[in-house]
Amino acid sequence: MTIGVLALQGAFRAHREKLDALGASHCEVRVPGDFDRVDALIMPGGESTTMSMLLESSGLFEPIHERLKAGMPVFGTCAGLILLAREIQDGRDDQRSFAALDVAVQRNGYGRQVASFEDHLVVSGVEQRVHSVFIRAPRITSVGEDCDVLARDHRSDPVLVRQGTVMGCAFHPELSEDTAIHRLFLESVA
Amino acid sequence: MSNESNQTTGTPLVKRGLAEMLKGGVIMDVVTPEQAKVAEDAGAVAVMALERVPADIRVDGGVARMSDPDMIQGIQAAVTIPVMAKARIGHFVEAQILQALDVDYIDESEVLTPADEAHHIDKWPFTVPFVCGATNLGEALRRISEGACMIRSKGEAGTGDVVQAVRHLRSILGDIKKITQADSAELFDWAKHLQAPLPLIQEIAETGELPVPLFCAGGLATPADAALAMQLGAQAVFVGSGIFKSEDPAPRARAIVEATTNYMDASILAKVSAGLGAPMTGIGMDELDVKYEDRGW
Repeated sequence: MTIGVLALQGAFRAHREKLDALGASHCEVRVPGDFDRVDALIMPGGESTTMSMLLESSGLFEPIHERLKAGMPVFGTCAGLILLAREIQDGRDDQRSFAALDVAVQRNGYGRQVASFEDHLVVSGVEQRVHSVFIRAPRITSVGEDCDVLARDHRSDPVLVRQGTVMGCAFHPELSEDTAIHRLFLESVA
Repeated sequence: MSNESNQTTGTPLVKRGLAEMLKGGVIMDVVTPEQAKVAEDAGAVAVMALERVPADIRVDGGVARMSDPDMIQGIQAAVTIPVMAKARIGHFVEAQILQALDVDYIDESEVLTPADEAHHIDKWPFTVPFVCGATNLGEALRRISEGACMIRSKGEAGTGDVVQAVRHLRSILGDIKKITQADSAELFDWAKHLQAPLPLIQEIAETGELPVPLFCAGGLATPADAALAMQLGAQAVFVGSGIFKSEDPAPRARAIVEATTNYMDASILAKVSAGLGAPMTGIGMDELDVKYEDRGW
């Protein structure tokens, strides 16, 4: 079982360090040949418009889309959540997403960098509060029936959701010391 | 349950976090909202809003200052990606103004005319993160001890000549490698030699890397320049005059983005380097009167 980490841009190395800490085998994905070798995929934080463009030019968009439909486990954080969402608000007109999570997300919904924050959140299935870092984070503005909300922020907005084998969160579990969120994903992969 | 919910802004983790998100990307200098759109369309992860690109600052001479807030806000309105802006070295009031404008990053930059001959800005009290230039590891660590959340090589902005950026990266990363080989007694000497705080030297000895992300800036003009910086160990690149002083900015910007992601793949680099028109003409390092790398203390 190998977890691919989408390495077009963003905090992909931080995700790989988390997977190391949990003893999972992993590799970077930049071209379709890399993607063919993986059993699950993490899409990291970064700039969603850049990633969306590079997904097209690298030829990765279609194969990822196909395998998502076939039930491949995928976890997206921040920009990765945006790429997985059914609807993107305040995005670019040409920005594509995989529509694998029945949520609408508003880019930079919490504001610019000066509004970025950290918090400790209650996550369903995790005993301790989870240290969570929000960086120019997307806000989940609506959630469909088939999508479970696993955590909410201080305003009770959803910040961690799961639908089948696909998980997405508005914050950055790869930046804090906590490994709980990655563990949740790996449990669903196994 | 321990740790009540309590949101905190402006922490070192939150400030360094944005630099993590910019890794593997290209930050482009822009002087108008139209250029900012071109940069975003090409896949920039952020733009640096300024009145004149470094190549023009060199030609015009005079005092280079923080940009007009109107111009920064025009660029903020034009794009959805992060917007950075420059403050003069030591000019903490320009920085206060930029923070009030909600810019996403402040570059305390040697490209502008320094406002203080001895002191950089104390960056810790700010909620907005700062990036600072460095030519060597000692300078980088002094900036980090003042609160910088990202270090970039200074390079020599506005020249289109990558040689200084390469020297600065090699110097910073070379000393980091040596420090990881030093024993605990030698670390004191490294701190003295680099004029840098001992705890940061000890941290490098343990982790083998700079405590904050290291990006490359100064003189990058081609996709190959960007890939060179990345292969040398930079984690992202700034491109200033190199894009909008070239013959055909949009495809060049796009090619530099592709090259920064695929920096290890020479066949992709060959493909994206083709047919881009003329790069900026540039100025060789030995033709310069003013060297920006000498600014900063």
